[in-house]
Amino acid sequence: MSLDWKRWTALLATGVLAACSGGQEADQGNENDTNGEESQVVRFDLDPYPSTYAPQPSETTFITGATIFDGAGNQIDNGDIIIENGRIMAVGQGLEAPEGAAVINAEGRYITPGVIDVHSHLGDYPSPGVDAHSDGNELTQPNTAEVWAEHSVWPQDPGFARALAGGVTTLHVLPGSGNLFGGRGITLRNVAARTVQEMKFPEAPYTLKMACGENPSRVYGGRGMSPATDMGNMAGYRAHWIRASDYRDSWNDHWDDPENNSAPTRDLELDTMMGVLEGDILVQMHCYRADQMAQIIDLSQEFGYQVTTFHHAVEAYKIPDLLAEANVCAAVWADWGGFKMEAYDTIRENLALTHSNGACAMIHSDDALGIQRLNQEVAKALSDGRRMGLEISDAEAVAWFTSNPAQALGISAETGSLEAGKRADIVIWSAHPFSTYAQADNVFIDGAMMYDRANGVQPVSDFDVAQIGEGDD
Amino acid sequence: MRTLVTLFAAGVALTSAATAQDLAILNGRVITNTDQGQVSSGGVLIRDGVIVSVGANIEVPDGVETIDANGGWITPGIFAPYTQLGLIEVALEDSTNDASASDSEFSVALDVADSFNPNGTYLATSRLEGITRFALVPATGSTLFAGSGALGNTSGGMDALFDTQSFVFADLSQSGAGSAGGSRSAAWAYLEAAFGDARAYPGRYASGHGDALNRYDAAALVDVVRGRVPLILEVDRATDIRRAIRFATDNAPLRLVIYGGAEAWMVADELVAAGIPVLMDPMRNLPSSFDALGSTLEAAARLDEAGVTIAYTTQSADGYFNARLLPQHAGNAVTNGVPWDAAFRAITLTPAEIYGVGDQFGALAAGYRADVVVWDGDPLEVMSAPIHVIIDGENSDMSSRQTRLRDRYADMDDTAPFAYRQ
Repeated sequence: MSLDWKRWTALLATGVLAACSGGQEADQGNENDTNGEESQVVRFDLDPYPSTYAPQPSETTFITGATIFDGAGNQIDNGDIIIENGRIMAVGQGLEAPEGAAVINAEGRYITPGVIDVHSHLGDYPSPGVDAHSDGNELTQPNTAEVWAEHSVWPQDPGFARALAGGVTTLHVLPGSGNLFGGRGITLRNVAARTVQEMKFPEAPYTLKMACGENPSRVYGGRGMSPATDMGNMAGYRAHWIRASDYRDSWNDHWDDPENNSAPTRDLELDTMMGVLEGDILVQMHCYRADQMAQIIDLSQEFGYQVTTFHHAVEAYKIPDLLAEANVCAAVWADWGGFKMEAYDTIRENLALTHSNGACAMIHSDDALGIQRLNQEVAKALSDGRRMGLEISDAEAVAWFTSNPAQALGISAETGSLEAGKRADIVIWSAHPFSTYAQADNVFIDGAMMYDRANGVQPVSDFDVAQIGEGDD
Repeated sequence: MRTLVTLFAAGVALTSAATAQDLAILNGRVITNTDQGQVSSGGVLIRDGVIVSVGANIEVPDGVETIDANGGWITPGIFAPYTQLGLIEVALEDSTNDASASDSEFSVALDVADSFNPNGTYLATSRLEGITRFALVPATGSTLFAGSGALGNTSGGMDALFDTQSFVFADLSQSGAGSAGGSRSAAWAYLEAAFGDARAYPGRYASGHGDALNRYDAAALVDVVRGRVPLILEVDRATDIRRAIRFATDNAPLRLVIYGGAEAWMVADELVAAGIPVLMDPMRNLPSSFDALGSTLEAAARLDEAGVTIAYTTQSADGYFNARLLPQHAGNAVTNGVPWDAAFRAITLTPAEIYGVGDQFGALAAGYRADVVVWDGDPLEVMSAPIHVIIDGENSDMSSRQTRLRDRYADMDDTAPFAYRQ
């Protein structure tokens, strides 16, 4: 039976809408009948742990006189922004303050969209790093596509608040990289909350963490099992994609003709992989070396799925042409390297050079300290690029910590740039964000000021309460 | 052993005198780290690898090569006080990682100089970022003693270490407590016993064993016990730092240095009174363990205000690949309240002073060794970079394995196969 992509997409949409109306599917045994022409089709809930995020109350706000980098590649000098109902109403020069708006004079200061980190483990590997908090990687078998990073997120990780002080408004939390298929990643609003559901970015697509190279083969080879080599890694991916393709076909057969094709047994691992094959779950793949990324691009074409982003792509600068052709982004550090063989060819210009040679590139942290200053990390990458003669504007480079990661996470219609209609995720910086001395003065999430350095407005996690240094930066 | 070290150092000095150049660096903002302060436009004159004059109007003898700083910044070279440069090439590859030796019979007697490889590629990448001197610190293995450290330069030369057996490093934090048997009490009992062994060396070993250390380890600790070289203790928790201060007092003339010091700001006055310096990373601000709940970006400023002698590290990054990020760490200290001059001293003159070589390195003044960096802007700004790095009066090569790889892949339109490109 041939694949029916459109039908799957329609079913997915129905599932999401149904879940938003109360998530009752889980109460009905994860199965439910749809109405109309699909009435014979038995399906399952695609969103059993729905977002309960609600923006904090915000007021109509007029920010005036700033140098604005809009995240879409533009610089607006002496620019203004109007925020209304948590959304950006207008960005430009010479705007008029709406009546009754709160006015923030940002003369001499700088504005960017809220910082987005495409690779974080906050909540999954929280502070303090005690044994009980090692919740980031289910290292029990090479394929753990069935685990979801959100189910490990501890909302009381003090790292979330520190990241907010660095301007981070959205972050993507991933499982670790010891497995071929690590599990689902989750995109979060960086808001203090009691539950992870209250942090989940509404309707952000799920992601699947996969990993290349040394980590899976070290973990499982060390146990005398497969994968123990790079070729074992590839064989592992392929064997599991074959299973996932069969699973997807079985469901499609069932949905097409339920009377003659019984439903397959639900399998959480294959559910996630099927979501990738249908284009609904985005693949975020840990991959350092150029040759390995090229193999993975072929692998994705063999099974008909798209890799969205290579993370830690230390050698992206060697294959910008291949990345551009395959439409895969590279998420990189400014200057980490040397910690393992596949990180040996790190260069400082990787981000700038990959970008200038035509591929989509961005910064990422993978680190609870690095996430606090992604603006500085971009500044280093930019200055190293310029020093080798690459012509890249400040405004262009701001996209490396804003709109490019938004694109890679499938949320660019909602955030990542300062454009009318988008969520008002905004940072006011004390100085040019590419200066070491710049600090985030104010951070807005959905138009609500969640961080105000001068007035001591900042979240304090339950863990930090009554501990030494409570309230310190 | 110190005598040998002194002879060795003198030998290096003679060698460098023979090969070093005369050099004048002109037309920059000069950061002297002396009473001379900052000279808004001036230069430095170098003869035979040593600085002879610094100021606004230095006289350059005929024939001396000049470097135009072009309005940039002229500073002392960066002195990284905690590194594993030349000890680790690829951290996860044990065959290239000599930082620690957890299966060794020995601990204090492990001399890091025997593991140092001046051809490690991160000497050059660090030099390109303005690091000219560094302390080479071994990592702990199975006991709380890591071994003896050394001092070096980033020239990449075979004689890059200019002082060896310069200090001993030990871990008295929670991880040290773990290796000592499971508690802080065990760690301090072990340290006390080890000092007893070193004090009783060699007599105790003529007829028997030490309480904690074997003969070789005890011998290696003698210079520490006698106060000839510092003991660097890794501790974070405020109470552990107080315990360390008491240990130093009880064991005078011990020269104690604290490494880590997440909560040092809580006992700053006691550190000042005891004259104990702290090697700390101003960017550590997470309660990464229950030892470090007091970690904060404000720690550096609080310590500075209290008058504690501080040198900065890259502890939150690493000591072999990203020790080169030290200026960024110092810059973030400034962002969080430390005066610029104090932050810059914390990565230049102060570390040199802590290691007892502050009369040779870390300042631009007559008589100092000519480690000079010319920057294209404020060295603590992340977008600045060195244009020239001068070590012992020699203008360094500014290429590295990284820059060569960069150049090989810069031009995607070039039709030459990559492996045939220079």
